[in-house]
Amino acid sequence: MKQAKCLQSMMLVVSMAATGLANAAAPQDIPGGPAVHQLNLHPGVTKIAEQIYSLHTFMLIVCLAIFVAVFGVMFYSILKHRKSLGHKSATFHESTAVEIAWTIVPFLIVIAMALPATRTVVAMKDTSNADITIKATGMQWKWGYDYIKGEGEGISFLSNLTTPRAQVGEPGLKPTQERSNTYLLEVDNEMVVPIGRKIRIITTANDVIHAWGMPMLGVQQDAIPGFVRDAWFKAEQPGTYRGQCDKLCGKEHAFMPIVVKVVSDADYKTWVDGKKKEMSSKADDPNKVYTVAELKERGEKIYSANCVACHQANGKGIPGAFPALDGDPVVNGPKGEQINILLNGKNNKMPAWKAILSDTEIAAVITYTRNSWSNKAAENIVQPADVLAARK
Amino acid sequence: MSTTTIDHAHGTGHNNDHAHDQGHDHGHEDHPEGWRRWLYATNHKDIGSLYLWFSFAMFLTGGVMALVIRAELFQPGLQLVQPEFFNQMTTMHGLIMVFGAIMPAFVGFANWMIPLQIGAADMAFARMNNFSFWLLPVAAVLLMSSFFVPGGAVAAGWTLYAPLTTQMGPGMDLAIFAIHIMGASSIMGSINIITTILNMRAPGMTLMKMPMFCWTWLITAYLLIAVMPVLAGAITMTLTDRHFGTSFFNAAGGGDPVMYQHIFWFFGHPEVYIMILPAFGIISQIIPTFARKQLFGYASMVYATASIAILSFMVWAHHMFTSGMPVTGQLFFMYATMLIAVPTGVKIFNWIATMWRGSMSFETPMLFAIGFIFVFTLGGFTGLILAVTPIDIALHDTYYVVAHFHYVLVAGSLFALFAGFYYWGPKWTGYMYSEARGKFHFWASLITFNITFFPMHFLGLAGMPRRVADYPAQFTDFNMIASVGALGFGLSQVYFLFAVVLPSIRGGEKAAAKPWDGAEGLEWTVPSPAPFHTFEVAPIVH
Repeated sequence: MKQAKCLQSMMLVVSMAATGLANAAAPQDIPGGPAVHQLNLHPGVTKIAEQIYSLHTFMLIVCLAIFVAVFGVMFYSILKHRKSLGHKSATFHESTAVEIAWTIVPFLIVIAMALPATRTVVAMKDTSNADITIKATGMQWKWGYDYIKGEGEGISFLSNLTTPRAQVGEPGLKPTQERSNTYLLEVDNEMVVPIGRKIRIITTANDVIHAWGMPMLGVQQDAIPGFVRDAWFKAEQPGTYRGQCDKLCGKEHAFMPIVVKVVSDADYKTWVDGKKKEMSSKADDPNKVYTVAELKERGEKIYSANCVACHQANGKGIPGAFPALDGDPVVNGPKGEQINILLNGKNNKMPAWKAILSDTEIAAVITYTRNSWSNKAAENIVQPADVLAARK
Repeated sequence: MSTTTIDHAHGTGHNNDHAHDQGHDHGHEDHPEGWRRWLYATNHKDIGSLYLWFSFAMFLTGGVMALVIRAELFQPGLQLVQPEFFNQMTTMHGLIMVFGAIMPAFVGFANWMIPLQIGAADMAFARMNNFSFWLLPVAAVLLMSSFFVPGGAVAAGWTLYAPLTTQMGPGMDLAIFAIHIMGASSIMGSINIITTILNMRAPGMTLMKMPMFCWTWLITAYLLIAVMPVLAGAITMTLTDRHFGTSFFNAAGGGDPVMYQHIFWFFGHPEVYIMILPAFGIISQIIPTFARKQLFGYASMVYATASIAILSFMVWAHHMFTSGMPVTGQLFFMYATMLIAVPTGVKIFNWIATMWRGSMSFETPMLFAIGFIFVFTLGGFTGLILAVTPIDIALHDTYYVVAHFHYVLVAGSLFALFAGFYYWGPKWTGYMYSEARGKFHFWASLITFNITFFPMHFLGLAGMPRRVADYPAQFTDFNMIASVGALGFGLSQVYFLFAVVLPSIRGGEKAAAKPWDGAEGLEWTVPSPAPFHTFEVAPIVH
């Protein structure tokens, strides 16, 4: 272990020297996430993950044994049956008995491999009798969680990557911040579940296919727009477990991690109470009237959480791919059209936000875009009531 | 098969000489020179060369894209390219390597070798042959020009999953048309190959006396005809979803995104065998030659190839275990997939039995063939492991899968193509390649290949998703190793072009009509280089 660490720091020095990247600290193993130089599956913290681990070990041993046997024969032949050693070639070229034998033996081996796997497949698909059901919604590029059944019912939140862009860098622009150890595996709102309870995950998506992948829990389930699928896990150790979206879902595919926190029953209760209070205090009265400054301040936060990936912080978008908002006629024109686009989406690319953001949030982010960069819209404020009216 | 074929082929030597003389007379009549020779090419050898050069150019293009990917992944963070361009690179790398490099290269081999191996004067449909080649550069230009349209090239992965494809710019449409054209080219090529093999074999060459390379291509051609239209259907539906308001893959309109995956993989899995069966054929020619011993179990090799082809239609959904199938579906596809290991194993065992108690020598074609068996089998094992549904659910869409399919595609198909080049190259060019350089190319490729792709198993097991432009810092070191290996692998192929291929075309030691003492088959009865017209009078195989 010591040596491994030593090797690791040596390699890091080499890599830093090679790239001139001076701000990277040596990454450490993440409990619940990937380890440095991890060579094998993690045993995991659910029965299913353990079964996957032992199935893989079993397969690996059988394959290794076959590999050694078959290639032992081949390399023996390569060493001994050489022309340069004066070996004369034999003339045999068929044997029905041998052909039958090496058809049947692999067939039996394959059956021996498939049988234990069958048990796990059946267990994985049994999502009945769950204690808590949580809907995970994949969106470009974040996850939304809705606790729809069991303790915590009604809780709903979005889970965004918290790694700042300053740690990622850009082509030609070195990262200005030191990378955290959980770089790209950290979120603002973790999905929290109690230990030892059967959690059913329902997956769906808003735009394209995503995949809710959590190696330590033995789960990977595609999230398909317009359809629901399910999977389950029952974590047996407390901890924070980290995974990533596994299905290519557009440009920010690498930037939508999944973090699940497994806590004791008591801690879960506390979390549920806290989350519910937080939600009720956040719930806005859609009829409240705000000032431009208030909305703009709030809208900036919403913009940087939901809009910057495409439209960019400077509002210029990405030419050819994502339109600029800075100077855009819709943003500077009558507010109705912009409200409509935010609610219902556009061209398959701009998502419909009506189910994701509240009236106040939509109003705030529109007001922000109408008063930012070089934009000076005549209708420079949108009130939550306008959005509410447009929904009808 | 072969002993009978060859014994009698020697007996027909007189006929061959005769054929050769006649060939010369005709050759001067209709043998256009300059660009006309290539644009109007109807000669199977010229068209074979065109295919091979085209595929090599595409191979280098796709390789440069792979190096962009590996350079970006050398360390965490974004250094060289934006994520959207990164996705274009992974997508185009896949499309170009599959449709532009590997498949046309095998068609090039088919064009060159099938008529020579079965004693036919040319391919059955010479003008269609010309057309099916010249469609390819058109498709390649369409595909590459998509980099210059707004939004850039398609960035949805080579699998082009809906509904991500509906978000793409016009580059997607160009890719769809390019794939349509390449599909049309493949279908025409297949019709040509099937007709040639079934109708134009030399008298006396029954199907069960035919060289294995022809057998594997015959089966592959049927696979192509069966599945290319399926792919065409899938991407046409994508096209109409994008532009004409249909909702095949859009749930909001009553469609289903997962249906795309079913249709795509119904094409995609047989496609995997389209890229590997001709490789099996090449290996089955080379091993007996250099073991100086007949292929063991010829009949069972034919049956195994056919079984693999038939099974390949029944396993497609193992690419979709995480899409949420019913338990019975997962079990069926797991069992069916594992079953493929049986005929594949039979092939490996037969090759080793062919080597067993032979009198082996290890020229470059043999090295690549043994390298193929060794490394392809590693990819076969990881395939077996991925077939187990629960393990696949842990490893699906991770770098483990990337490692797996590069073991079977690069070390499988590509190494077999190299083996075939070294084996038949002297027949094409008339000159022997440099054995020392060939061996260097082999060892450089084998070692750098493993440096590149072996660490990817570890990355996948640790959970690194594929097609990501950036990754958690824990994955850094293995990614660095893979990137260094990739650069080495790329340079090995540049070496292959400049130190092996080009010199062996320009000159060197003259190749004998049969440069390998253990080789059997009609292709070795014609001089090296093979004259423009061969077998104008069919040889007789008793």
